[in-house]
Amino acid sequence: MMRLHSLLLYLYPSSFRAEYAAELAHVFHKRREQASNPIEVAFLWIREFFDVLFNAARVHWDILRQDLRYTGRTLARAPGFTLTAVLITGLGIGANTATFSITDHVLLRPLPFAEPERLVQIWQRTPSYPQIELSPPNFDDWRKSSTSFELMSAYSSDAVTFAGNDQPKRLEGASITPEFFGILRVQPAMGRLFQQDDMREEANKTVILSYAFWQSAFGGNSDILGRQTRLNDDQYTVIGIMPQDFFFPARGTQFWRPLILTGPARYIRDNYYLNAIARLKPGVSLEKARAEMNLIAEQLERQYPRENAQLRAAVEPLHEDLIPVQTRSLLWTLFGASVCVLLITCTNLANLLLAKAMGRSKELTVRAAIGAGRERLVRQLLTESMALSVAGGLVGVVMAVVCLPVLAQLVPQRLPLGDVTVLDHRVLGFAFLVTLATGLAFGVLPALRMCSRAGHDGLREGSRTGVGGRRERLRSMLVVAEVAASVVLLVSSGLLIRALWRVQAIDPGFRPDSVLSIQTWLPTPRYESRTNRDRFYLEVLSKVRTLPGVSTAGMISFAPMTGGGGIWPVAVPGQTGTPETGAMRFVTPGYFETIGTPLIRGRDISDSDITDSPQVAVISESFARRYWPNQDPIGQTFHFAFDNFPFAQLDRTVVGVVGDVRFRGLERRYEPQVYLAYRQLEDGPTYYAPKDLVVRTSMDPAQLVASVRAVIQQADPEMPISAVRTLREIVDLQTAPRSMQLRLVVAFAALSLLLAGLGIHGLLSFAVGQRKPEFGLRIALGAQSRDIISVVLREALLLTGIGIITGLIVSHYVGRWMESLLAGVSASDPPSLVVTIVVALAMTVSGSLLPALRATRADPTAVIRGE
Amino acid sequence: MSFSQSDIDELLPLPPATFHILIAVADESRHGYAIIQDIAARTNGELQMSAGTLYRSIQRMQEQGLIVESRRRPDPEDDDERRRYYDITPFGTAVARGEARRLSDLVRLARARGIAPERP
Repeated sequence: MMRLHSLLLYLYPSSFRAEYAAELAHVFHKRREQASNPIEVAFLWIREFFDVLFNAARVHWDILRQDLRYTGRTLARAPGFTLTAVLITGLGIGANTATFSITDHVLLRPLPFAEPERLVQIWQRTPSYPQIELSPPNFDDWRKSSTSFELMSAYSSDAVTFAGNDQPKRLEGASITPEFFGILRVQPAMGRLFQQDDMREEANKTVILSYAFWQSAFGGNSDILGRQTRLNDDQYTVIGIMPQDFFFPARGTQFWRPLILTGPARYIRDNYYLNAIARLKPGVSLEKARAEMNLIAEQLERQYPRENAQLRAAVEPLHEDLIPVQTRSLLWTLFGASVCVLLITCTNLANLLLAKAMGRSKELTVRAAIGAGRERLVRQLLTESMALSVAGGLVGVVMAVVCLPVLAQLVPQRLPLGDVTVLDHRVLGFAFLVTLATGLAFGVLPALRMCSRAGHDGLREGSRTGVGGRRERLRSMLVVAEVAASVVLLVSSGLLIRALWRVQAIDPGFRPDSVLSIQTWLPTPRYESRTNRDRFYLEVLSKVRTLPGVSTAGMISFAPMTGGGGIWPVAVPGQTGTPETGAMRFVTPGYFETIGTPLIRGRDISDSDITDSPQVAVISESFARRYWPNQDPIGQTFHFAFDNFPFAQLDRTVVGVVGDVRFRGLERRYEPQVYLAYRQLEDGPTYYAPKDLVVRTSMDPAQLVASVRAVIQQADPEMPISAVRTLREIVDLQTAPRSMQLRLVVAFAALSLLLAGLGIHGLLSFAVGQRKPEFGLRIALGAQSRDIISVVLREALLLTGIGIITGLIVSHYVGRWMESLLAGVSASDPPSLVVTIVVALAMTVSGSLLPALRATRADPTAVIRGE
Repeated sequence: MSFSQSDIDELLPLPPATFHILIAVADESRHGYAIIQDIAARTNGELQMSAGTLYRSIQRMQEQGLIVESRRRPDPEDDDERRRYYDITPFGTAVARGEARRLSDLVRLARARGIAPERP
């Protein structure tokens, strides 16, 4: 009984326990004697429990208040130290909080849908392509035959022209099958979702709008439901508004309309353009779903051996699938770098506090002598470090809020996620934990170290605390850890810089400077007619070419690196085997010259290549190499291997060869390219019709925007214009996340280097101060200044050396881990390593120079007098 | 040990627990349990001070110099040697007087307005 009571008393601080535990137990014992029956005993225990709980909290609170008052006085006496410590902690915590909010937003937080772990994305795959969109018939067969999923839906990115109140706009959206919203388990904010009836070809056209678009285009007007609105040249009935926080498939999705498959396209098994999502049935594992889908795919391959050759299914968790590997490693690297900074911050502060505590050893000894227990002293020192880290934490949270908009640029726009939350409970909770851990991390060691010695020798006259002792070793180890962490950051920065340079040095296949790119969107059905399209091209191109400062202009289906396009299977007469693919686009004359892709052989597309004349094609060098190695490709013929698609099967004659263009992006693989003549595109859908206008100019492209816009609007006042930017901007976007991440990692590395330098400086200054008598003696015995300097430097270089070696070993693994970001740069890239070593050594020398010089000024006579 | 009126005033008004403890040790040294019993007896059992409240108050009162641990021991037959006994200090006495005066002033004011009953 009494043992249980004495355990309960452990809730009190030990100093209070030491003083009053026996008394408290005595009172309880007396009361226990008076309790005459079990009910009274039970009441006694309950009362005692709450009494201890309440009073222990009060006693702790009283101590905390005392410690805080004392801390306030101590810190106010050393404002320089306090400010430095708070700023350093603030930087560490701020960097971590900011990078955590991004990492959490993109990687850690589950997708904002019900039971997101059951959501999957479904792809086709072949041995050479891990993820291919689905063809409509394959999607249908997969959906009908599979039993692993509750629902499966196809969708396809979509765009329409919206004739709003002023200028026509291009809207980004998705066409979807009716199961789409059901899979995501989302209900409209207003109105209804699509039903099977809306999917009929002859049904009234219906559309669901995003909340943001409803707000911006209709002012959030609540009588929007049932209203007619013009999209392209058709009237659509608005049937629903999605919730404000719903974004799928992309952040910028503005509308959803039914995916109605018409015409021959719906039967072409090798025309891949549908995305598919599904919800696993409860209890069905991903593996089981994969196995089933692949069985179905094998069956389909047997049924359609040509179109579905080697075609299998890929079933991926939706969250993983949405976030590209590069974004993933980019964010984790950044988070890792910020943790490194925090570690350095902690070691640095621990070092500072150790140094400060050594200066206070006499004070602590006195306090121990007048009865403060070890626990009280540790508590006092920890209160100090916690107070510093809490102040630092506040500074850090403010820094994180300020930096967040910059960091948010790392989140790809197409992810279906809302804005990065500035500060929510998760981020604040994280900041709180980091603050707590920081305070403990940099406070505990010095506190324990100091208090274990307080009372022993602190008061001995001339006691040289720290010299050569355990405490100096501890500080040395902290410095080694700092150097190692900075080396890891330096090497990572070096590797990332080299990778960025390598990516920037990749030849995109065109000259992006001084080229303006403007996207138009040929609204259907008007521009399904070739005549209308030709009229538009002729007017726009001829007028733009005469604008002052314009040298050339042309148009293409999709400008490089803008994400659109088609990959078509290619067949060459006389060549057998599985058809390879080519990237197919239509262009106008002047396009190659404008973007600066060299014409290597033959001729450009010309205005005289029309439907009735022979079908011509300009191909890229890799296309020529692939199909006609060591032959003249000019005059050779090929066609596209699509069944049931007469346009694709027309024979095309190669009339020119141009350089290869990295149309998917600087770092992505690319297919051989085929360019067809713009006037040889049939009447019909405008998806492949040239819509992206490119203009090469001798002046600043920005000055040209207004006049080019005017020309387009003159040609068709209802033509939506979007994505006005220079080709240089488009290319730079490729490396923007990298550059941003790199800037941050470099900033972290610079910060850590500075902190490590300060650490070395602090340690040596202290050691030199303590060893002044020794240096004085050496000088008295005839040592020269350079001998003294070399003694000090040797010590610093030894620590740095150990730090560098440790850092390099860790960097090797870090480098291997972030391989996907390195664009082929080796994890042990010699220039990065050499520069790191040189920088770390330079930091050491500059950090130790002042203390070394001070050591040379040790006065031998003063030493002798002192001893 | 000298103290001024302002030292006394700084501690007033006293928390009720502190005042009761001061009264309990005013005439003789007592240990904790004895203080609790004394308070209960004087208030006809209305105030049962908990051990936690008592020792938390005692700790603070020692820091404030109102009481000290007693060096004198009571009569041998009453003495429980393992217990800590507490004595009131001259400062404690002065503070208790100050508090008593404050309270009686308050009662006088209340009487003047007819809120409190006249002395029986």
